[in-house]
Amino acid sequence: MLKEETVRALEQTARQLRVEILKMLNTAKSGHTGGSLSAIDVLTVLYFHQMRHDPSNPKWEDRDRFVLSKGHAAPALYACLAEAGYFSRDDLKTLRRFGSHLQGHPDMNKTPGVEVCTGSLGQGLSQAVGLAIASKLAGRSARIYSLLGDGEVQEGQIWEAAMAAAHYKLDNLCVVLDHNGLQIDGEVEKVMNVAPLGPKFLAFNWHVFEVDGHDIQAICQSLENAGEIKGQPTLIIARTVKGKGVPFFEHKASYHGVPPSDDELSRALEHLGHS
Amino acid sequence: MSEMIATRDAYGKTLLELGRENPRVVVLDADLSGSTKTAVFGKEFPERFFNAGIAEANMVGMAAGLAAGGMIPFASTFAVFAAGRAFEQIRQSLAYPRMNVKIVATHGGITVGEDGGSHQSVEDLAIMRALPNMTVLCPADGPETEAAVRAAAAYQGPVFIRLGRSKVPVVFTEGCDFTIGRGATLRQGSDLTFITTGLMTAQALEAAAILAEENISARVVHLGSIKPLDVDLVLQAARETGAIVTAEEHSVIGGLGGAVCETLCESCPVPVERVGLRDVFGQSGLAEELLAHYGLTPAHLVEAAERVLRRK
Ligand SMILES: Cc1ncc(C[n+]2csc(CCOP(=O)(O)OP(=O)(O)O)c2C)c(N)n1
Ligand SMILES: [Mg+2]
Repeated sequence: MLKEETVRALEQTARQLRVEILKMLNTAKSGHTGGSLSAIDVLTVLYFHQMRHDPSNPKWEDRDRFVLSKGHAAPALYACLAEAGYFSRDDLKTLRRFGSHLQGHPDMNKTPGVEVCTGSLGQGLSQAVGLAIASKLAGRSARIYSLLGDGEVQEGQIWEAAMAAAHYKLDNLCVVLDHNGLQIDGEVEKVMNVAPLGPKFLAFNWHVFEVDGHDIQAICQSLENAGEIKGQPTLIIARTVKGKGVPFFEHKASYHGVPPSDDELSRALEHLGHS
Repeated sequence: MSEMIATRDAYGKTLLELGRENPRVVVLDADLSGSTKTAVFGKEFPERFFNAGIAEANMVGMAAGLAAGGMIPFASTFAVFAAGRAFEQIRQSLAYPRMNVKIVATHGGITVGEDGGSHQSVEDLAIMRALPNMTVLCPADGPETEAAVRAAAAYQGPVFIRLGRSKVPVVFTEGCDFTIGRGATLRQGSDLTFITTGLMTAQALEAAAILAEENISARVVHLGSIKPLDVDLVLQAARETGAIVTAEEHSVIGGLGGAVCETLCESCPVPVERVGLRDVFGQSGLAEELLAHYGLTPAHLVEAAERVLRRK
């Protein structure tokens, strides 16, 4: 169990990062709001509690690595990287601009701290599997983390990667599934049902946990538990709310790829206690 | 200023009309139906609309099966995912058996804009064109898109149609004809010919007007059909004007420029300048910024024309 004050501090960080996400999307005038907000609590725990990494040395060989397989949530990743010190917070204002190192989707050759290029859904998990195998081959204790969308798992490649991760007994791989129930065209259940997710991954020989993806304490606990699992990769199904933290964005597929307007931004910041 | 229409909007509208006219028309999408505009069809004909979810390979495979079962499937997603993710399904399940499926890929090229290079297809025309049995179309504007989609529906066999995200100027007239394998001369000229496709045709018309002020007479030939190519029209332009500038919102490798050069070097070698992305991926930015950065504006076309004339 984490100390109460550690949890409060992480919650405060997550709230601050929500503010950064909303501001950068508003400035960019395009980008993915809903899936960045649903993912930010998990990313906050990963970057500010769980992962061993060194922002002053992004290429440190023994670092834990994170693969944002649902690459459209780049704003959430960029907010974490800036907060951690990989680059200046001012850079966030250049999101999606011509010439910026902050591309619409994560680019390992442009942005310090980004491990692989993602954005085409379904491809990140395979790369995380490769990273996990490389880590084992090099005899490193580093862990590999990845975040998937619940629409993203409709891609066949996800299941090919899931098969491989179990086959190679990648217990250094921990995948979080951002289960917000929505994709672009509506509810995942109605577009192309992926349920039941837990039993599917169990059948693929993964260890599966399920948590409230906005409960910092629970996320920390499950990530820690994942570290104890031997001989199997772990999937953490994080029950989340798309647009979480901004009531008028919550549970809405229509805010998947729409940035906050000026008015929405100021109302959102009020909700987050930031004005 | 001419009217501006996004080709994907023209697609959505035509698809709906086709759905009303022919009950065998079915539509598939991969979680992008709002952006590709197939949702317009899906709303009126939910029983003939199939959302594959984020599973492009399966979408193409299902489309093949629907065609084998006698339907006329239109399958849509962004060009990167259509030509890229589902490439081998298109090859084996559509092109090889000559299956009657229409892949309508929206968001082709760099005018996708802010999403960045991962989402900007600069290679789709090349890889689709390399497939035997495949027909590859790239309309210039809204009216031509309507006609091209209708021509594809009437044609028996696999067709790939590349459309764009942004609004583009109208250069054809409403109700225009479209014949697969035929190009269109949109402006007469005798000193050189711009051979263009997609949104570059409107840019070439502007460039030709600028050149006219310098007393250079530029012809503009639009090829909405990349494959089959209108070989006669291309050769005629080469013979009559003796210099060619190709322009496409695509890599200079393997697309329109490639197709034109292959034809010319075999039958009528003349100087050619290819305008397009020079073997690079795109990046984030506004559509206009990217067109300027990658050299796809009327001013760049004027420069290319001047270069080709010096080589004549
Ligand atoms: C291969 C591929 N197909 C389509 C897209 C377009 N796209 C971007 S986000 C998205 C929906 C993602 O839904 P989900 O995985 O549930 O993400 P979240 O709800 O967490 O935002 C789609 C279809 C893509 N990026 N990649
Ligand atoms: Mg989702």
